[in-house]
Amino acid sequence: MYTQLAWRNIWRNPRRTLIILTAIFIGVASMIFLASLMRGMMEGMVDNAIDNLTGHIRIRHPDFRNDPSVENRIPDPDSLIKEIKPLLPGGARIVERILVDGVINTSRENAGVIMVGIEPEKEKNCSFIGDAPLEGQFFSDDDKNGIVIGRALLEKLGTRINRKVVLMSQRADGEIASRAFRIRGVYRSQMSDTEKTFVFVPLHTARKMLMLGEDATEIGITLPGDRMADTDLSPLTESLSERLTDRVVVVEDWRQMLPAMNAYLEMFDAFLYIWYLVVFVAMGFGIVNTVLMAVYERMREFGLLKALGMRPIRIFWMVLRETLFLLAVGMGMGNLVALVGIHLLSGTGIDLTAFAKGVEMWGISRVILPVVTAGDFLTANLTVLILGLVVGIYPAIKAARFTPVETMRHV
Amino acid sequence: MVSVSVTDVEKSYRQGDVTVSALSGITISVEKGEFMALAGPSGSGKTTLLNMIGGLDLPDRGEIIVDGRNFRQMKSGDLADLRLRRIGFVFQAYNLIPVLTAEENVEYILRLQGVEKAKRKKRVRAILEEVGLSGMLDRKPSELSGGQQQRVAVARAIVSNPAIVLADEPTANLDSKNGEKLLELMKTMNREKAVTFIFSTHDAMVMEHARRIVHIRDGCVADDQRKES
Repeated sequence: MYTQLAWRNIWRNPRRTLIILTAIFIGVASMIFLASLMRGMMEGMVDNAIDNLTGHIRIRHPDFRNDPSVENRIPDPDSLIKEIKPLLPGGARIVERILVDGVINTSRENAGVIMVGIEPEKEKNCSFIGDAPLEGQFFSDDDKNGIVIGRALLEKLGTRINRKVVLMSQRADGEIASRAFRIRGVYRSQMSDTEKTFVFVPLHTARKMLMLGEDATEIGITLPGDRMADTDLSPLTESLSERLTDRVVVVEDWRQMLPAMNAYLEMFDAFLYIWYLVVFVAMGFGIVNTVLMAVYERMREFGLLKALGMRPIRIFWMVLRETLFLLAVGMGMGNLVALVGIHLLSGTGIDLTAFAKGVEMWGISRVILPVVTAGDFLTANLTVLILGLVVGIYPAIKAARFTPVETMRHV
Repeated sequence: MVSVSVTDVEKSYRQGDVTVSALSGITISVEKGEFMALAGPSGSGKTTLLNMIGGLDLPDRGEIIVDGRNFRQMKSGDLADLRLRRIGFVFQAYNLIPVLTAEENVEYILRLQGVEKAKRKKRVRAILEEVGLSGMLDRKPSELSGGQQQRVAVARAIVSNPAIVLADEPTANLDSKNGEKLLELMKTMNREKAVTFIFSTHDAMVMEHARRIVHIRDGCVADDQRKES
């Protein structure tokens, strides 16, 4: 009967109840929905960063970060791969690459680039270039002078597919190497800076051009599974490092390679909690106001209940139960609307192409897909529920403290 | 057997900067099964005395004993329990819970007492039938007339078989016909269930029904009349 009474009490003034329910439902829906967009944006940033030839784990010469030249390379990468393979989970993909700074020239223009020697087939599901939309075609394994460049670089150089370009870079012996390539294909990526920076040539051609024998400048490892933003790779990185102690290499996971991104991720949850709190503060005032108004309107009734022998603690719980109903109904509606919104956007996402320049600067994808986690869902709901009940305590105490004599005099 | 004993009770209130004396050393003794009216003009102290006897307010001085329990020696929780189990209230303004039906309003007291559902339902229906509202169980207070609402209030007051029913001007908001009916009902309950009824009034017609009339004036007992039955 107490539950029934509380439920009926909240519908005494339907308009007021509907207004506060709307506030709770909008608050909860926006908490979940915006959290899903923020998380989607953040995971997109992580995916972009990992895709951008970073990989989940990368093995390089210790000096390569400060001096990215072919002098700081990994000798005999094939035997290194054989050594580490047993430590990696099934489905992990390993690629060898050569990354060096270079200059690309046409007859009229030139640009500083990073020349990347790759094996195209192995790059699939490892980096953006393996799956990037392509005009023209990729070079084949036996192609000796094919090159794939980005759409933005193509436009900057004022050239087109099948035209020749010349790449220049430093060889292993310190001399400058230059070699003519023919543009086989033009790729697109999430970010135009990527399109301007990276040019791709066959791994064997890069080795020959730079006189590297069978060496590589890096070994990239891509692990199976999604949601790497939440995965701690340090145990695997440490075990790989231990296995390779006799080699002059450094093993880093993407968090170590991208410390700024890692710091952002660590702050993300704090941002989310602050956001929840801001929304709740606005909502909390509404809840207190509504329940307090309802309590003062029913002063006589609380006095009556006390006169009839109801103990103050029961009045307290009755009023708190009314707050609980308001929260539960508002949260139910909010969750439903948020989930429907997320479901509707899960296929297409939010297209930020119109703001491409701005979002690229931060490494954000042009299309943001919402990502909802059980944790975010639970946190938003628990925040509203627990804080809602906390703010509901004040009107409940007020109701419990009315004395029958004082309320009977109240008209 | 004494049901209510009020001895030398004083009570004063602050009204702004002025202290108003509501009861000035009043002493009354009420026997079990009495049907007694507290009569007097507005502001004479009738409602204050009823509130004291009901344990809704405590005296500044003096002693109140109801059903053998001295209020001075009781904690507020025990007083609430005493009100719940031994005292029934009927108010001038009906004071029913508007979101509950007639049946639920009466049942609420038994629910607070922890009476099990089947027993509750049985007793509530029986008592509502006794007060002539058996066909109106599902009606909310807003769907009942003033007389019907006050009958529900009487049913609520007596459903738990209390020792005393305190009624503060129970007929004040009713027309004379409905007032008469209500008093007849209260008298029947008093007679059949041996419940002590103490009610306040300044209506001469209501006083005629009482077997004892205590006149209160300026917070003191001015006269105490008993009628021969």
